[in-house]
Amino acid sequence: MAPDTGRTEERSGRADGVRILVIWLILSAICMPLVWFVWGPHLPPGGLSDQAAGQRFDNKVLGTVATPVVLLVCTFIIYALVNWRQDGDDIEDGPYITNKVRWSGWWVGITTVTVLCLAVFGTYELENNNGAGSGSGPSPLFAASGPYLPVQVIAQQWRFTFRYPTYGGMETTSLMIPAGQEIQFNVTSLDVIHSFWAYQLGVKADANPGVNNVAFVKAYHPGKFNVMCAELCGLWHGAMTADGQVMTKADFVAWANRTEAQEAPVTKLLPKYSTVYAPDETGAGGTYYGPQYPVNP
Amino acid sequence: MAIDMSNAIGVEVPASEQVPGAPGELPPDRRRGFQLPALFGPGLLRAGVFAVLGYLLGHWFGNLLASGYQQVTNSGDNNTSIILGYLGGTIGWVAGIGVLAYPLFKMTGKEELLAPQRRAGTSRYFKYTLDHKVVGIQYMVGMIVYFLTAGLLALAVRTELLSPTSHVFGPGVYIEIVGEHGTMMMMMMTSVVVGPFGNYLVPLMIGAKRMAFPRLEALSFWLTPAAYVILLSSLWLGGFPTGWTGYATLSIQAGQGMDAYVVAFGVMAVSIILAGFNIIVTVINLRAPGLTWGRLPVFVWGVMTTSFLMVLATPVLFGGLYMLAMDRTVQTSFFTDTLGGSSYLWENLFWFFGHPEVYILALPGFAIVLEMLPVFCRKPIFAQKVAIAGMVGVSSLSFFVWQHHLFDSGINPDMRPLFMLTTELISIPTGFIFLVGMGTLWKARIRLTVPMMFCMGFFFNFLLGGISGVFLSDVPADTTAHGSFFVMAHFHYTIMGGLLFAFFGGLYYWLPKMTGRTMNQRLGKWNFITMFVFFNSTFLPLFAVGELGQPRRVFEYAKRLQTLNDWVSISAFLLGFAILLFVINLVWSMIIKPVATVENPWHSRGLEWQTTSPPPPGNFERIPIVLASPYEYGNPEALPVSDLLSPGRAPVAANGANTPTGQATTAGPDTERTS
Repeated sequence: MAPDTGRTEERSGRADGVRILVIWLILSAICMPLVWFVWGPHLPPGGLSDQAAGQRFDNKVLGTVATPVVLLVCTFIIYALVNWRQDGDDIEDGPYITNKVRWSGWWVGITTVTVLCLAVFGTYELENNNGAGSGSGPSPLFAASGPYLPVQVIAQQWRFTFRYPTYGGMETTSLMIPAGQEIQFNVTSLDVIHSFWAYQLGVKADANPGVNNVAFVKAYHPGKFNVMCAELCGLWHGAMTADGQVMTKADFVAWANRTEAQEAPVTKLLPKYSTVYAPDETGAGGTYYGPQYPVNP
Repeated sequence: MAIDMSNAIGVEVPASEQVPGAPGELPPDRRRGFQLPALFGPGLLRAGVFAVLGYLLGHWFGNLLASGYQQVTNSGDNNTSIILGYLGGTIGWVAGIGVLAYPLFKMTGKEELLAPQRRAGTSRYFKYTLDHKVVGIQYMVGMIVYFLTAGLLALAVRTELLSPTSHVFGPGVYIEIVGEHGTMMMMMMTSVVVGPFGNYLVPLMIGAKRMAFPRLEALSFWLTPAAYVILLSSLWLGGFPTGWTGYATLSIQAGQGMDAYVVAFGVMAVSIILAGFNIIVTVINLRAPGLTWGRLPVFVWGVMTTSFLMVLATPVLFGGLYMLAMDRTVQTSFFTDTLGGSSYLWENLFWFFGHPEVYILALPGFAIVLEMLPVFCRKPIFAQKVAIAGMVGVSSLSFFVWQHHLFDSGINPDMRPLFMLTTELISIPTGFIFLVGMGTLWKARIRLTVPMMFCMGFFFNFLLGGISGVFLSDVPADTTAHGSFFVMAHFHYTIMGGLLFAFFGGLYYWLPKMTGRTMNQRLGKWNFITMFVFFNSTFLPLFAVGELGQPRRVFEYAKRLQTLNDWVSISAFLLGFAILLFVINLVWSMIIKPVATVENPWHSRGLEWQTTSPPPPGNFERIPIVLASPYEYGNPEALPVSDLLSPGRAPVAANGANTPTGQATTAGPDTERTS
């Protein structure tokens, strides 16, 4: 310890601390409302569906919580670099401070509480429908409250198709869903792992071969959305997209009935509707395993 | 604490072999018996010839074994021959470089036939040399080459993404480039700090003459060029379409280029395990007397926690790669759903390795920055135990978070809250590092040298990288961010903005120690400023690009995102020039116009600076006795860090300034005026 300078160090230290605190509080008081009120409503992925709005809410909360953290570290570092520099050839040592237990205690305490709050918040959001847009396996905890429309998403290299079991198992290349109704997506793959990403709906679910991965969504109003593959699936991964549209309920029923009738001759040739489809030697695996290869050993 | 010094002074090393770092004590050349022609002596030429022969032998054997397999005749792809070829090539390479000579001679009781490898001069850097300082330099040059290769591939990726619809490459070539860039960076850069700085500096910092296992150390380096060449050779076999994650079943479906991924990653895995194992044993056993755990430099703590991750996590990857190789060659079905396997198995195995892996790529950054901060703040490190707890905490927790990569995959959906919790808990020990950094800056006397600039850049970049990680740990927010450019920006902030900024800072800081030559500081400042600006200008917009709906690894994207993507691409090219500045500085200052460094240019108290630069063959004139912590800046009562006299001069003063006359202070590179 350097006892002679200790007291003055401490006093000037307190002044520095107060200054940093004030700058930080002012900046936070300006930036946090900006993030919440100005930026927040425009944060992705938008408000087309219940789930997208939920994700936007999470982004808003996390962004607002993150703002003071970023500001604190940046304020501190910039303050230190401006005020506590030394230049020149005579090198002077700083005060001998090896620890300040109170600081460390506060820091650990505050970060721990923040992190635990975020984990509780995230869990609540996940279980409370806002996480329903993410793939939740074959038997998800979340279940639709009312009647829902099942739609199957079949991914294969390199396109998505969509089957509607309640409309005779018809298969389409564009995804049409009604507004105001709970939709259950049953996502599966015929070959490698893909990921069904309906961006504006806030839905993302991996398409695994042999697995039925379920996600829910409820769209608020009619509108268009993009479907993309979000898991690298080979050559044309970047081009694996599809169009999607949310329609009014009446429009949807009319479209579905019309399409079902139109596609009936094709639907007849398709494999029977099932939650998963086992690829055989004629599938995307090609001749890799050979025709004699036992599919069920 | 009892410290076993027997290894440190080389008691157990037979006199007939090369005592690493102590050629002066070697007996004269006792080579007798047969004399090999120079061509067949161990070295790069023989290694190259043996590698080719090994490849051909393995390839032939693979054809012999598997050419009649059903899937080989059906597809025309004999993966067995490629994998055996690569393995044969690797064995040939290490045999040719001279790795196997000692074990073989030892086994047959003929070890006295081995000529003592008395080596000096440049040629030892191209040979199987057991001196940890030579291996450190080899690693450093190797890592810079690997980094630049993968960096050029990144520029190719950004070139393609200049336009959403018109293409420079076809989709196949593009996917190959993406995979090569990602795999090269993630797999080779694992050793970017532990290899060069770990091997070079750990013995110096702990007061040892060498690493515990010099042969394993040299082998761990010589495996890296093999992995590098094998990985690049994938391009001749059509590349691999899976990126660095190698997800099954795409990896089983893929062509022969995938075999290169499997073998290269496997070879690198062995290298990583050996390097980590060596560091752990060295730090535990070879510390100088008086170097208690409390006095152990934070850098060594960081490298050791990293090494534990390497040793514990990498075998899981190796197991996964082995299964993948079996699935691809002898038709097992570990990852084939319809045959009793599961593609989830690879995802689990890969990320069980993969998440510790990303901390293997973060912890050394913490270690370097926390080691340099006290020197340039002229203050003790703040709350050293908290810093160590932070690094140990991060490395322990990293084994419990891997399924956050699989939030949308449908695997264990009910476990997501748990993985969300563990992932967010990692913010706490990571926060320790920021506490220690800020506490050390508090009321400091900061000298804003080039390494210090890189430290400050590290804190800013890692802050953004860490904060964006919180968004990814929250399942609803992750639903949009997962698999998008947001993730990609996140891990570039932590790894490139974190680890590589720390690595570059470390190079500016320790190159004078390692080479005796000093980097040009003015060019260094420009190197930092351009790198910092263009790094942020490249990767900050990518957070937005991801959140606005651009998936990773695509070669076509929405037209509305073209402006952002063009901005990013142009920034990336400028970032490339910023790194070119570093290369120019490196070549200029090290080779073309070398400027000799003064002793201890940064006035550090660190033990590694209490010897000449570069250190003599035995590192120190004798094993030092450590008397105090290396961070006692500002403590007038502190003892010197060791009982060594600083090279040829007065005892080291408490503040690390080893020249009372001040001649070092006027000539140090950090005090060079830039105006």
